[in-house]
Amino acid sequence: MPLLEVNDLRTHFFTGDGVVRAVDGVSFTVEPGRTLGIVGESGCGKSVTALSIMRLLPEPPARIVTGSIRFDGRELTTLSERELEDVRGRQIAMIFQDPMTALNPTLTIGTQITEVLERHLGIEGEAARRRAAELLDEVGISRARERLDDYPHRFSGGMRQRVMIAIAIACEPGLLIADEPTTALDVTVQAQVLDLLDDLRRERGMAMILITHNMGVVAESAEEVAVMYAGQIVEQAPALELFARPEHPYTEALLAALPDLDDKRARERRLEAIPGRPPDLIDPPVGCRFAARCPYAGCGDSCAQAPQPLRELRPTHWVRSAHPASKRAAEEALSA
Amino acid sequence: MSEPLLSVSDLKVHFPIRKGFLFDRTVGYVKAVDGIGFEIEEGKTLALVGESGSGKSTTAYAVLQLLRPTAGSVSFLGRELTRLRGSELRQARRQMQIVFQDPYASLNPRMTVGKIVAEPLQTHGIGTRSSRRATVAHLLELVGFDPAYTNRYPHEFSGGQRQRIGIARALALSPKLIVCDEPVSALDVSIQAQILNLLKDLQDDLGLTYLFIAHDLAVVRSMSDTIAVMREGVIVEQGPAERVYTEPQTDYTRALLAAVPVADPERMQSRKLERQQLLLATAR
Repeated sequence: MPLLEVNDLRTHFFTGDGVVRAVDGVSFTVEPGRTLGIVGESGCGKSVTALSIMRLLPEPPARIVTGSIRFDGRELTTLSERELEDVRGRQIAMIFQDPMTALNPTLTIGTQITEVLERHLGIEGEAARRRAAELLDEVGISRARERLDDYPHRFSGGMRQRVMIAIAIACEPGLLIADEPTTALDVTVQAQVLDLLDDLRRERGMAMILITHNMGVVAESAEEVAVMYAGQIVEQAPALELFARPEHPYTEALLAALPDLDDKRARERRLEAIPGRPPDLIDPPVGCRFAARCPYAGCGDSCAQAPQPLRELRPTHWVRSAHPASKRAAEEALSA
Repeated sequence: MSEPLLSVSDLKVHFPIRKGFLFDRTVGYVKAVDGIGFEIEEGKTLALVGESGSGKSTTAYAVLQLLRPTAGSVSFLGRELTRLRGSELRQARRQMQIVFQDPYASLNPRMTVGKIVAEPLQTHGIGTRSSRRATVAHLLELVGFDPAYTNRYPHEFSGGQRQRIGIARALALSPKLIVCDEPVSALDVSIQAQILNLLKDLQDDLGLTYLFIAHDLAVVRSMSDTIAVMREGVIVEQGPAERVYTEPQTDYTRALLAAVPVADPERMQSRKLERQQLLLATAR
């Protein structure tokens, strides 16, 4: 049984300008101990999806209009705030992009870890401090015992993110949601934090949702990948499959737009930019949302006018496009 | 070989650390840039790469004399910039411009796009009001920004469009050198590619010279002829881009390269191992 089951989630924002359909029919599952990477550009709805699961969006303006979020057999969309407080941090934990704003600057690191242990597990006093030191040690902070009494400003960005991770894993949650956890960090530190998350997940059998804009980061850390565009999942597959055989024209375009670290001729080459920009989510197009930027749209069909369902193109590989790469290749072979 | 457009030698930028109240005294220095040198030939790109705090932006500001160096020389078009003052320095600055990282913070929100791009021309008293208007339209066209929107304000545009405005402003005085300080790090991948292509095209068409500052080594590879890797205020490795990528000379450069996430899950495990070995070798 999946640990998390999100079904037809629609989270809309009711603003003065109109209804922004930030998340518009998203479904996925996360199995225990597995990592799902959600990748997409700004405004695609990846963070709103995460915040909807945690029920952390301000309501109003946000509202989960329809859909269900089942975690460990329990429906989260109908829980009261009080019930949610027992789920957050205890069963589902979250870490954010900016560890400086996520940590309280006026409390010591020790206090911020022990308060989680007290609130959810009832561990107090010396036992809590001992456990907090163990956690810091586990996330790779040396002299953990002494550092409990330090304030966040004494830590570097990477160390703060490690502290956030220690707080997040304190109650051994079944699911960790990491929203752009390394975006604010230098590359070498980013690599260390990703490796740490991966190690912790394996050791603890913890499931993870990794949200990022960086194709490289998902490729290195996720087993399953969902690509989001304009509030919807447009492609989903196991990571090896997705990167070896991308199907959706948007996924292909995103990968092609990335400068290649190993390309010897990178200096002479132009990058393959994606023309235009994502649609307005107040009034999204009726048909395929990528159609306006898609080189294959309107080739003898009506994909720009008709909504595209997410179809299972082959086992485990789902695509929301009328022109997946393998179909185009087959058509080309036939006409040749 | 012809004389380089920009030549920097033994550049130092030290910031005093002051302590005390009323009678404060200097108790030490932060050596943000500590004796570096490089040259850029006209029409070429040198990239400064390194992690945050390595001194790359400080170097750029010192080159432009926005920060006065503590020591060393910055020679641009054959003139020693560190000795220039007042109007002479202003004249030299016409030839060198900067494009900033954050297209949201670097454009004045109260000025229209047209005013922003025309401002450098106005400041230097170039042209008449109507000739400036024509120049602005030409510049906007050059960077792929629809001149019909000249009277709009920056907040009406996306990050990529704003960066185009910033580039148009930098081009207004027909400079020879443009410092690009993380010009695409705030942009989405698809937009990033558009801006990098634009910078490449402008370089080809106008013969621009770039001092390109970035932390993304894949972006740097697609832009630069020469690379200088900075760490803690010094250049630890410098050379032709191709050599730095294929035969890095220091463990630090190797560690930086191994840390770049690559969109290829099949290589994940081997890269992780390589990284961990290098991290041990370069730990400080």
